[in-house]
Amino acid sequence: MIKKITIRFLYILFLGAIVFVPLYFLNQNIDKQNISTGFHFLSQEAGFEISESIIEYNSYMGYSRALLVGVVNTIYVALLGNFLALILGLLLGVLSISKNFLLSKFCSFYLNFFRNIPLLLQLFFLYGIFTDILPAVKRSTPVFGIIASNRGVAIPWFSSGWASVSLLITLVTSIGLIFIVNKWAKNITTTYKKILYPIFFALFFFAQIELITRFFHFEFPAVRGFNVRGGLNFSPEFISLLLGLVLYTGAFIGEIVRSGILAVDKGQWEASYALGLSKIQTLRKIILPQSLKVALPPMTAQFLNLTKNSSLAVAIGFPDFVSIANTTMNQTGQAVELVLLIMGLYLFTSLSVSGVANIINYKLLGARQR
Amino acid sequence: MVRLKHFSGSSESLHQNKGHIMKKIIIIMLITTGQLYAATLDTVRKNGKIKCGVSTGLAGFSAPNSKGSWKGLDVDFCRALSAAIFGRADKVQYVSLNAQQRFTALQSGEIDVLSRNTTFNLTRDTVVGINFLPVTYYDGQGFMVRKKDAITSAKDLDGASVCTQQGTTNELNMADYFRTNKMKFKPVVFESNEEVNQAFFKGRCDALTSDKSGLASERTKLKNPQDYVILPEVISKEPLAPAVRHGDDQWFDIFKWVIYAVVEAEELGITSKNIDSFSKTTNPAIRKFIGLSEGNGRSLGLDEKWAYNVIKNVGNYEEIFNRHVGKNSPLNLDRGLNQLWKNGGILYAPPVR
Repeated sequence: MIKKITIRFLYILFLGAIVFVPLYFLNQNIDKQNISTGFHFLSQEAGFEISESIIEYNSYMGYSRALLVGVVNTIYVALLGNFLALILGLLLGVLSISKNFLLSKFCSFYLNFFRNIPLLLQLFFLYGIFTDILPAVKRSTPVFGIIASNRGVAIPWFSSGWASVSLLITLVTSIGLIFIVNKWAKNITTTYKKILYPIFFALFFFAQIELITRFFHFEFPAVRGFNVRGGLNFSPEFISLLLGLVLYTGAFIGEIVRSGILAVDKGQWEASYALGLSKIQTLRKIILPQSLKVALPPMTAQFLNLTKNSSLAVAIGFPDFVSIANTTMNQTGQAVELVLLIMGLYLFTSLSVSGVANIINYKLLGARQR
Repeated sequence: MVRLKHFSGSSESLHQNKGHIMKKIIIIMLITTGQLYAATLDTVRKNGKIKCGVSTGLAGFSAPNSKGSWKGLDVDFCRALSAAIFGRADKVQYVSLNAQQRFTALQSGEIDVLSRNTTFNLTRDTVVGINFLPVTYYDGQGFMVRKKDAITSAKDLDGASVCTQQGTTNELNMADYFRTNKMKFKPVVFESNEEVNQAFFKGRCDALTSDKSGLASERTKLKNPQDYVILPEVISKEPLAPAVRHGDDQWFDIFKWVIYAVVEAEELGITSKNIDSFSKTTNPAIRKFIGLSEGNGRSLGLDEKWAYNVIKNVGNYEEIFNRHVGKNSPLNLDRGLNQLWKNGGILYAPPVR
């Protein structure tokens, strides 16, 4: 008993030493060199501009604001990237087990190709498309109102930012309405539904679009001065980063989905066909829900990977959190503090992603085991 | 340790990036546990070499030549330091650093001196924990644009995309300049200098901003340098100076006087070629300088012939300047401010005695 306690005590002491001894030396060494420590630099004026930001930012705002811009950019890329990668992965996974020879071969080629080339190279390649292949901005011509040049891609869009918000609201309310109407009209016959529904929703949707275009001015991008003005602009850095992350992670997710589908017993397919379900119905109602159980944990790992890989942005000049933290590190010299911040942010985002996935996983498994 | 980087050689960039992250971790560990406080001079003597932080390749200042040995104005000040300590100029180990890594590398003791076209300013001299030595090149920030864009002044750059390197004073000056002149711009920043330049030359940006000497240096690398113009405006003061870390006054003094000696030699008319002809001189200043009358060496903790060795092996300021950035180099830069005070510049060394 005493032996056990002693061992535990020593163990705790050892762990404590691992944490505190380096911290002690760190503090001492930094003190001796008169390097300032602490986080008060955060309130100082940053003084540098950031190429793209979702929230408002100016060079006379503080370092904390600049870093926040980075956090928002990172989360934006991660959310959008994960969503698109999931869709791409599902598509690839399902198509790669298709009976169509061409389709399944294409998918397996894609999966192997993108999974086996380092992401950084893919990013450089995609970025190279913009700088080497697309025309210079002054020589670019709009195609269907879209301008693609070495300054990025600009699409026609509303001039006011509120238009995007109202468009999003329209989309959400439309989907909500579908559910409500569906519930309310449960006993209407299917043929009736098939004709009436699309007409109803198309009318509703276009009415809203019409209203939005009335209120907000629709703009076509055009080359003015040095750059493309008007419309919605996506920088080469953003597009190559997002595309790179989606294509790469999508391949991994595709492989996971494929293995998830194959993990479901063949009998399930046969039983489902025997009951008269079509192939799509079988996949949607029988196979995918069961394969999710197998696929979810590795898929979570891919979501985490994408989030962390977004820090490669620094190589192609997209201002993500690491990029802005690097700049801050160099302007202020606060390397230790900023590395701690970077570690903290990625730890936080990774733990939240895996936390959410764990909840879903638990619910899924729980429901099945009961 | 010599790592060269090309934009097209992406696999090398990959290594650089990984190495970069590793380096950061190692640096943090070094700060954490390293024993930094042995006198630098003793450490350097024991190792038999000076670890000198240089750029990743800036022609004229620090760049490897076709044989892979480092050449340039910044490099020559490390060689001068080596000559002062060891009597020969080649006891230097060069550590190639990007703008990002340079200060942490110095703070952590990975390098003994930083001689890497670094701008002297208050923040860096204080809270970053480094001490700047005398300025070795007075520079100013400018813009380079494509000739066919017909831009004649930096005032025409409203709305332009401007490429620059991340974490430099250039990034801050640019923001200040556009803000003061109420103009808008889009910064495009990269971690490495090569990527910045490639982005500009391939048309991602309308202008490239850096120190004017740096712009001239990049332009010489091109096949068609005449297609680019450097705008007349100088938007900032960029005094480029080497640096050492806080806390070792002797080391700081040695490097400081090596730089002053290089300038003083030009003023005294001593060059690497004629220095031996002064062995019988009666000029007290020169006798003191080349160690015929003793004292300087003892004060610094060096050999009495330290300044003789510096000039004999590396040369005076004029020789160094002309060799790397001046009239005998492809850059062909004007001396400008980097002229002796007697000749209308601002180079001025306190008496070496």
